[in-house]
Amino acid sequence: MTEAQTLLNTGLAQMLKGGVIMDVVTPEQAKIAEASGASAVMALERVPADIRAQGGVARMSDPDLIDSIINSVSIPVMAKARIGHFVEAQILETLGVDYIDESEVLSPADYVNHIDKSVFKVPFVCGATNLGEALRRITEGASMIRSKGEAGTGDVSEAMRHLRTINGEIRALGAKSEDELYVAAKEIAAPYHLVKQVASLGRLPVVTFVAGGIATPADAAMMMQLGADGVFVGSGIFKSGNPEARAKAIVEATTHYDDPEAVAKASRGLGDAMVGINVADLPAPHRLAERGW
Amino acid sequence: MVTVGVLSLQGAFREHVSVLRSLGAQTRKVTRPEHLEGLDSIVLPGGESSAMVRIAANVGLFPVLSQRIRDGLPTFGTCAGLILLAERLTDETLDGYGRLGGLGITVARNAYGSQRESFVAPLTVTGLDGDFHGTFIRAPQIVDAGDAEVLASHAGLPVLVRSGNVWGGSFHPELGPDTRIHELFLQTVGVTV
Repeated sequence: MTEAQTLLNTGLAQMLKGGVIMDVVTPEQAKIAEASGASAVMALERVPADIRAQGGVARMSDPDLIDSIINSVSIPVMAKARIGHFVEAQILETLGVDYIDESEVLSPADYVNHIDKSVFKVPFVCGATNLGEALRRITEGASMIRSKGEAGTGDVSEAMRHLRTINGEIRALGAKSEDELYVAAKEIAAPYHLVKQVASLGRLPVVTFVAGGIATPADAAMMMQLGADGVFVGSGIFKSGNPEARAKAIVEATTHYDDPEAVAKASRGLGDAMVGINVADLPAPHRLAERGW
Repeated sequence: MVTVGVLSLQGAFREHVSVLRSLGAQTRKVTRPEHLEGLDSIVLPGGESSAMVRIAANVGLFPVLSQRIRDGLPTFGTCAGLILLAERLTDETLDGYGRLGGLGITVARNAYGSQRESFVAPLTVTGLDGDFHGTFIRAPQIVDAGDAEVLASHAGLPVLVRSGNVWGGSFHPELGPDTRIHELFLQTVGVTV
């Protein structure tokens, strides 16, 4: 990737910071998301909770649906490709989406390789559960990282675990001497130059959001207090009792995350949150976060 | 030591903060009206203008900030920040939400296209020796500079303008290592760092 392309790809992620990216399945939902202050929308056919409930192979969305969502809003539109499915990514690039999510929420197309993201002009966001995984995705060309969490559950505990793991591993790198970083790179299976960069920056070299199980303003504010740059909300909004109010409230809590009074105010009068599933009750083969490596 | 506020509702505020600090300014994140007190200048970053106007509306920030700008507060808006400062927009998507005004220009949101059309271009900037590489990301277009002074253009359209204490650019001078546009802004608006 050229220097200018890297600047453009990582630059758009900088513009999304401090914001909420919302899953939408229709142009009407996209408009509600925009009107609530979303910084981008993720266009897809089924939210993760429905993918989970209905089962079957989950693939890239219909191009007509993606077009209709692009035409309905002025904010950036993201869309998901299956892990390793580089042709779905080529199609999404042709459609003019602003960001591609190579996502474990869809059924993987390749159980060995991820997409070579460095050959695309459109930037990619990828999920990660730990530092090594995040740096491998960045090596492949990802311009933005999100925690995987456990999508479609409304249970924030996995997103929490992934963010804390990544942050903890970054802090541990910072405590190592320069000559110990070679082995650290080997241990987390990531390139040395990125490991060194992370150790000196004290954070990932790209914007880092959280995703997977965020359902309330308090969930969003907690992730921001733990150092996330912003949040993705999937099923949490449009599977709740009052999507419009909840969407606005999560945006509010993400901006004023360090002000408990503002988060408390945002938490009032939202109706029912999505029902959700406890991750601990999910049989291991149904856990999406374990897809990708 | 001067204190420069950076509007931090959403977007690339961290990048502006680090450029301003590298130039020796103190910075303060601005999300509420009370954060404006005692500021010497303010920067409005890039991000999503549609998100910013809605978040700002909930805390009543823009009426107060707009008055401060009219009273002479040196202000620099980039990308989404430019949209907040423009007196006129060509589309209605932000209608019904307060903005700031201060630049008598007309702006078209996202007119340079989607992310696929984002680009980096060398710019000749009045007051700078040598090109500045401007990063345009889903950038707004200044379709009419009105009474503002044009400091840089690209492909026949203004991309950096100034009207008294208020500056606006459609690109992102906060991305990349070149800090000269921030320096120029701080110097010419009379804020000595």
